Amino acid sequence: MVQKLNTLAETASQTAGPYVHIGLMPTYAGNGDCFATEVGTDLITGDVQGEIIEIVGSVLDGTGWALRDVLIESWQSDANGAFPGQAGADPNFTGFCRFAADADTGEFTLRTVKPGAYSGSNGAQSAPHISLWIVSRGVNIGLNTRIYFSDCDNSDDPVLRRIEQAHRVNTLVAQKSGDGRYRFDIRLQGPGETVFLDV
Amino acid sequence: MTEPHTQDRGRLIPRDRTIHPAPHDPEYKTSVTRSPNLPLLSMESTPSEETGPTFGHGLLGELDNNLILNWSKGAAPALGERILMHGRIFDQNNRPVPNTLVEIWQANAGGRYRHKKDTYFAPLDPNFGGCGRTITDENGYYEFMTIRPGAYPWPNRGNDWRPMHIHASVFGHSFGQRLITQMYFEGDPLIDHCPIAATVKDRASLERLVAPLDFSRSRPLDYLAYKFDIVLRGRRQTLFENKPEGM
Repeated sequence: MVQKLNTLAETASQTAGPYVHIGLMPTYAGNGDCFATEVGTDLITGDVQGEIIEIVGSVLDGTGWALRDVLIESWQSDANGAFPGQAGADPNFTGFCRFAADADTGEFTLRTVKPGAYSGSNGAQSAPHISLWIVSRGVNIGLNTRIYFSDCDNSDDPVLRRIEQAHRVNTLVAQKSGDGRYRFDIRLQGPGETVFLDV
Repeated sequence: MTEPHTQDRGRLIPRDRTIHPAPHDPEYKTSVTRSPNLPLLSMESTPSEETGPTFGHGLLGELDNNLILNWSKGAAPALGERILMHGRIFDQNNRPVPNTLVEIWQANAGGRYRHKKDTYFAPLDPNFGGCGRTITDENGYYEFMTIRPGAYPWPNRGNDWRPMHIHASVFGHSFGQRLITQMYFEGDPLIDHCPIAATVKDRASLERLVAPLDFSRSRPLDYLAYKFDIVLRGRRQTLFENKPEGM
């Protein structure tokens, strides 16, 4: 026999289900009176540094249908590459947003600040990106992915460089569609399937 | 590169996905077109996953963790069996996770959600909204007063029913720890018939989602208690974490 480890197994995920908005976005669910303030609604709380951008897209299932009941969370650095809570981070930026697809069109809009590049602890420079966590009915464990930007130099990003099939890198790159505007569709399955991260 | 190593400063411990639900499970039909076909890209965590949003206790209203009263603002209690849902949040290193946001949502006592897309016959309870939130204390404890949710049928296979369950969402201290799960109730015979519960193939892992009846926290002549501890991913603890890559 051997000694016992003092570690625990992670609790298993379960799907967020079709009514996830009741719990996490009560105003969207029509229950806005529930809490005085809602979490993840105000990324920008004051005179924020950097460029304000809008990213529009859909989350598409394996048949190409845009999910209406998806909920997405985003987390990112500020315009200078500092994460909220770190020294020198922009005090007017929370870094965290919750957003849902439009119930009619299935399109989401994320209005935020364009993140900055940052250096990881091993010195590698990460290209500007936004981390996403996607949950919905039929998604049994939240899906992690990232949004990079078509007008940034992504060639040395340590995560993108790990993608063997170079043509799949584009599934993580938001395409500039106008001044401060980007398009980013997420394909859960099938042709053009988005790269999801086990991180 | 001399960050303190006494706390969790290492990379996130990689997820053991064998204890998690199968992403693609034909018995849970919606998962069939919403699960990736291709393997996930495995990578070590980076600052993007090792940092995360924080929420202060100032966020909370007095009744936010009392689902019996929070919808009516204390005017009238919700219908149903009164219960206390309580537990602790730990990380994989067996340490409590203090000051982290826990959010729950659930159906009412008849099995109906307050959501425009839920059209089940069971009526809405005018005094029940179905969501609550709290922040763990310095020892990782949380608690909610609520009512036991009803089981309900749902369109999947011919005659599928959800067991009584409460959805729970937890942050931890980094975005890579993010978790949504469901708490089931000890003794509910529907658990073993539920295709969503059955997406968890590891029996021990599924059993950890079932909250035991806890008389030690039950209040006589008032409510029963159910205990539901949640374990989030931990971070590696090592003296050797900050070496240059590959050395």
